[in-house]
Amino acid sequence: MSTSAHELLHVVLKAERARILSSLIRTCGGDFDLAEEALHDAVVAAMMQWPRAGIPNTPGAWLLQTARHKAIDSMRRDQRARAKSSELGHTADLPGGKEEWTPIPYDMLRLIFTCCHPALNQEAQLALTLRTVAGLPTIEIARAFLVSEQTMAQRLVRAKRKIREAGIPYRVPARSEMPERLDAVLLVLYLLFNEGYSASSGEQVVRQELCAHAIHIARVLSELMPEEAEARGLLSLMLLQDSRRHARSDARGDLVLLRDQDRTLWNRAQIEEGLRLCNETGQLSPGGAYRIQAAIAAEHARAVEAKDTNWNQIARLYDELLQTRPTPVVALNHAVAVSMAYGAEEGLRLLGPLADDLDGYGPFHAARADFFRTLGRGPEAEDAYQRAIELATNDPERRFLEGRLREVRGTAIPRAR
Amino acid sequence: MNYLLLIYEDEKALHARDEKTRNQVFQEYGAFTASVRDGGQFVAGDALQPTSTATSVRVREGKTITTDGPFAETKEQLGGFYLVSAEDLDEAISLAARIPSARFGTIEVRPIWHYE
Repeated sequence: MSTSAHELLHVVLKAERARILSSLIRTCGGDFDLAEEALHDAVVAAMMQWPRAGIPNTPGAWLLQTARHKAIDSMRRDQRARAKSSELGHTADLPGGKEEWTPIPYDMLRLIFTCCHPALNQEAQLALTLRTVAGLPTIEIARAFLVSEQTMAQRLVRAKRKIREAGIPYRVPARSEMPERLDAVLLVLYLLFNEGYSASSGEQVVRQELCAHAIHIARVLSELMPEEAEARGLLSLMLLQDSRRHARSDARGDLVLLRDQDRTLWNRAQIEEGLRLCNETGQLSPGGAYRIQAAIAAEHARAVEAKDTNWNQIARLYDELLQTRPTPVVALNHAVAVSMAYGAEEGLRLLGPLADDLDGYGPFHAARADFFRTLGRGPEAEDAYQRAIELATNDPERRFLEGRLREVRGTAIPRAR
Repeated sequence: MNYLLLIYEDEKALHARDEKTRNQVFQEYGAFTASVRDGGQFVAGDALQPTSTATSVRVREGKTITTDGPFAETKEQLGGFYLVSAEDLDEAISLAARIPSARFGTIEVRPIWHYE
């Protein structure tokens, strides 16, 4: 096969695999495996035919058309499809030459919602979304979640089997189901994003790709469901967080706090898109949790220097978030924002009631330590830093806290312990 | 597809329920059953006697071993079932959510094995 045809096939697959697959799965009556096999067969056919017969005008349409015929042939042969063949009436007599190749938004939505169906466990939802919607190879998904390729492959097989055997439908949820179902999709996307954003472990490249995929799917979702403000809120939030990626760690890989980041390293294009989305959805009330978090991220993005940050507004937004998501961790973030806006004394007061819930949570002690340090209460700060260091989950964080502890003590302590 | 909707509830809480609530739930069950019959989804369904009436049977090495009580001690116990015919899992889930006990206990939705 000539290089150009080969390269083109690669590019087309990268760009349109999910779209083709989403349509094929519908043809196959919701059978993911059959659709994947048919697409594979079509790709093989393309490798054979394109160099000889020339590259088709619309390669994506050609692949879909060919894969559809392969799928239908195989369903006719296959016993297990007998029950489904009654549904094939409309696809069996496809037009010979020109397949319609308009965007098929509904199929993409079907695919996204089916992958994130609440009858699948969360691990399965994440894996299936990455495999079919993002088109990531199984081995890369395995790497991202720190499991073996075999484990990940089994997870995917089990998920697809459940879809088939439990009768999870390939469709967009009804209006009445939409709030719950959309929440599930948005959560999967945000988990994917955070998996890629958290610096705790894994390979850097794979992780960045996870963020990119989560953003891409959120963008597709926002375009297909413009009426769902929370989808755009999540997209805005992820863009604004991702914009800080290059400023978040130093050359050594250590975490750089927001207030110490070099803001010229922030990605302006992502910030502009994030702010635009945030402004659009900000008009709609009441704000959902993702929109409020996007608004908080937007306040940071707007500040040219750390000292320009509008902490009063951020404290107000966290207060709003606390009404929607009354969790101890949100309450902790609220306390930190309040301390920035109204002083460490106020922050410390708000931390009091959280002590029971968050005693085993490092960031809680780090915040307390910081408040004590600001208030010049050295010994209490020392105790709290020590507790935070014990609970730190990664090395950069630990190094940072140890630096602070040294500062408070005013003496150097040996690095190795 | 056919789905078995298994109704699990805490028997102790069930017995502790006052007369008024019990009657109300009973009537709700009547209304639910009538509506799935009318909708053509009802295949079968019934309530079970409490687990105190259960007997477990095993055959090991040709010997029948009969013991008192249910197969497993759990917080919620199987108390009844519906066998329904539904288009897909989403329809089965929406039926399960309408079973009165869904508010107090758990409904397990299981597709029936399909022989080809």
